[in-house]
Amino acid sequence: MRAAWNRAGSKTIAVALAVLVTAALLLASGASPIESFRLIWQGSVGSGPKAADTLMAWVPLVLAASGLVVTFAAGLWNIGVEGQVVMGAIAASWVAREFHAPSAAVITVALIAGIIGGLLWGLFAGVLRVYGKVNEIFGGLGLDFVATGLVVYLVIGPWKRAGIASTSGTDPFPKEAWLPTVGDKLAPIAIVLAVLAVIAVYFLMRGTFFGLRLKAVGANPASAYIIGLSTSRYLLSAMAICGGLAGLGGAVQAIGFQHKLVPAISGGYGFLAILVVLLAGFRASLIAPIAFFFVMISVGGTQLSLRLGLNSSLGGVVQGTLVLLTVLVGGWQVRRARQRVRLEAEG
Amino acid sequence: MSLELRDIHKHFGRVRANDGVTLRVEAGELHGLLGENGAGKSTLMKVLSGFIEPDSGTISLDETTLQMRSPRDAIAAGIGMLHQDPLVFLPFSVLDNFLLGSPPIDRDSARGELDRLAADFGFSFDPDAPARTLTVGERQQLEIVRLLWLGAKVLILDEPTTGISATQQSLLFEALRTLAGQGMIVIFVSHKLEEIEVLCDRVTVMRRGRTVGEATLPVAIDTLVEMMFGEAVAVTGRPPGVRGGPALRLDGIAADDRLTRLEDLTLEVRAGEVLGLAGLEGSGQRTLLRACAGLLATTAGTIEVGDRDVTKRDYHQRLAAGVHYLPAGRLEEGLIRGLTITEHFQLASGSNRFLVPWADARGDAEKRIAKHSIKGASDTTAEALSGGNQQRLLLAMVPPDVKVLLMEHPTRGLDIASADWVWGQLIQRVEAGTAVVFASADLDELLRYSDRIVVFFAGRVFKMLDASTADADQLGHLIGGRDVA
Repeated sequence: MRAAWNRAGSKTIAVALAVLVTAALLLASGASPIESFRLIWQGSVGSGPKAADTLMAWVPLVLAASGLVVTFAAGLWNIGVEGQVVMGAIAASWVAREFHAPSAAVITVALIAGIIGGLLWGLFAGVLRVYGKVNEIFGGLGLDFVATGLVVYLVIGPWKRAGIASTSGTDPFPKEAWLPTVGDKLAPIAIVLAVLAVIAVYFLMRGTFFGLRLKAVGANPASAYIIGLSTSRYLLSAMAICGGLAGLGGAVQAIGFQHKLVPAISGGYGFLAILVVLLAGFRASLIAPIAFFFVMISVGGTQLSLRLGLNSSLGGVVQGTLVLLTVLVGGWQVRRARQRVRLEAEG
Repeated sequence: MSLELRDIHKHFGRVRANDGVTLRVEAGELHGLLGENGAGKSTLMKVLSGFIEPDSGTISLDETTLQMRSPRDAIAAGIGMLHQDPLVFLPFSVLDNFLLGSPPIDRDSARGELDRLAADFGFSFDPDAPARTLTVGERQQLEIVRLLWLGAKVLILDEPTTGISATQQSLLFEALRTLAGQGMIVIFVSHKLEEIEVLCDRVTVMRRGRTVGEATLPVAIDTLVEMMFGEAVAVTGRPPGVRGGPALRLDGIAADDRLTRLEDLTLEVRAGEVLGLAGLEGSGQRTLLRACAGLLATTAGTIEVGDRDVTKRDYHQRLAAGVHYLPAGRLEEGLIRGLTITEHFQLASGSNRFLVPWADARGDAEKRIAKHSIKGASDTTAEALSGGNQQRLLLAMVPPDVKVLLMEHPTRGLDIASADWVWGQLIQRVEAGTAVVFASADLDELLRYSDRIVVFFAGRVFKMLDASTADADQLGHLIGGRDVA
């Protein structure tokens, strides 16, 4: 109980501090904080189309973040998640471009291809870690660059638009490959997939032997091995699951939102998802609302540059500040708790 | 000059690493600090060198009380510590390492100082060579020279002979004698009797976080052994159980874990037998246990469990064959911080189901908590349990029908009630036909519970004893490498 209150308390303190820091930043840039916050709200959920944009950005972020809950549980820093989103998008784009069939079949195959693309990329980093002794942070970062390089190569090379090679992206996919939408942008299938992913990961970590063993391997690989668990199997599984979910996020981004492959197809959602999971304290239950808050800032933040002439990177600064302060407040609480334990031991 | 530590207390959670230690060393003295691993020597020396702050107690040098909050304060007061693994920055050159932490000085004069100090002790370095090309012994020499140059008047050496050659050891001992001759205080920490005997003038013995005795050398080795391991208690042997066929057979095995090398070891343990492994820490007991468990590859010989050859089988396959291993580090290689007792039981169950039956799991855990008298609830996490209860949980996680149970220090750090309980459990298992092989530093425990005792010395089996006819005195001598029989 006390722990739960402490957690809630630390989140509140961190959010309050982040709001203050952001307000100070805005004031320093000569903008009114109140007006800015209003613009962010308006620009993200103020109208139907805006809300659709926000929700469609929420989907890949939630998918990648759900995957990261699994890798963090296994004690892995899967920085390669960004590349896994990209590889999912590439695989889905390939299906969307090359596979001609009824719409339902194309979409299904493209989504599965996205999962497989991301899964293999995640597994690649996992194999490097388990068998090549390459730390997953470095392996993942390297694979991120490879994936990003590959998407640029495809867009201006083999998959370039007829006649012109442009970084604005490939030709739009055939309409059969587009996720069906309600209104202009909102693809209900994408939302359903994201919601299912969060529920599945929550359930996996809470209810299954797999989740329990994954936690054991993540918390103490040596003990887990002595107890009889095959640590490499669980590390690889975690990377595969995270890669698959991130890849699905990339696929949705490609066939559900952009409808073509663009160099910035990941939208940075892989890296952003790491921040979401840190802020969520590695728990699946908090991912949906926190991810929504983050995309509100990302999507609504563009209004700041349009209307107030502020730099568009301000949204990222706000998100980063928030995570940094949360981690800081959390660390400060741990420190205080240790001191309390020490005092009790002495007293 | 004299150094005095008075009533030093240092607790880590529930562990009393130092529990009222008092130590006095005079100038010009080569003072040995002797004790088994875990006796509290390293903690005491870390307190003395400013690495950790004591909970209470005072340190004074020349009748002046020192307030030390960091190693920097300690060296400023003239106390320098040479760690077991010398703190050398490997990519840096010898000269750069020498200059670390020094007052500003130009490199040429520093080079001169380094040469002069090295020559004093017969050390020789190439100042421009990268430190990584130095052997462990040479790194120590560099560190000693550096500490002296920084003005150390008190030099602490923590197990300095681990991993250095015999020549380097004699060079080191010669240097230490020279320093003591110049009026310095040298504190030499070791668990090796023979080194203390050869080198030191006086010795203080520590056991279970306290100083238990002091002696001027030379002294009868029995006296030191008794201080290290406690009074020899009259031993009541365990009634011999029913022996079955061979449970574990080692035939000419060799293994090397880089600290200790075992060679050509042949042993047989029968079902229902208890085999004790005695010896100073690092004499081969742990190496043997890990080789039997499949955690360390053997380079020769065969290992059989029952009548199955498991030599080529890994740890998990041996686990399936009925070989279980409980290492000494209960929270490092056994239990998992943050996970509850219920979760531990479920992990150990090896269930093939997909879902954890949480409702039943809690009830099951509560029954087993009661059965094994663990002081904790089903949702208590492993790190919140005391050492004794952690050991109870670990034992409770081992299925009842294992063939071979390998244990490292089964009762180290446990209170008497827990230790008795642990052995009660083990004896029940033994009577049901499990073979138990355990390593211990507690002579009383070895004599009381073993059928046979294997004494290790420097990686080989020094002596095999029948526990019913052996006594603590004889065992103590054998552990120190002396066969008096």
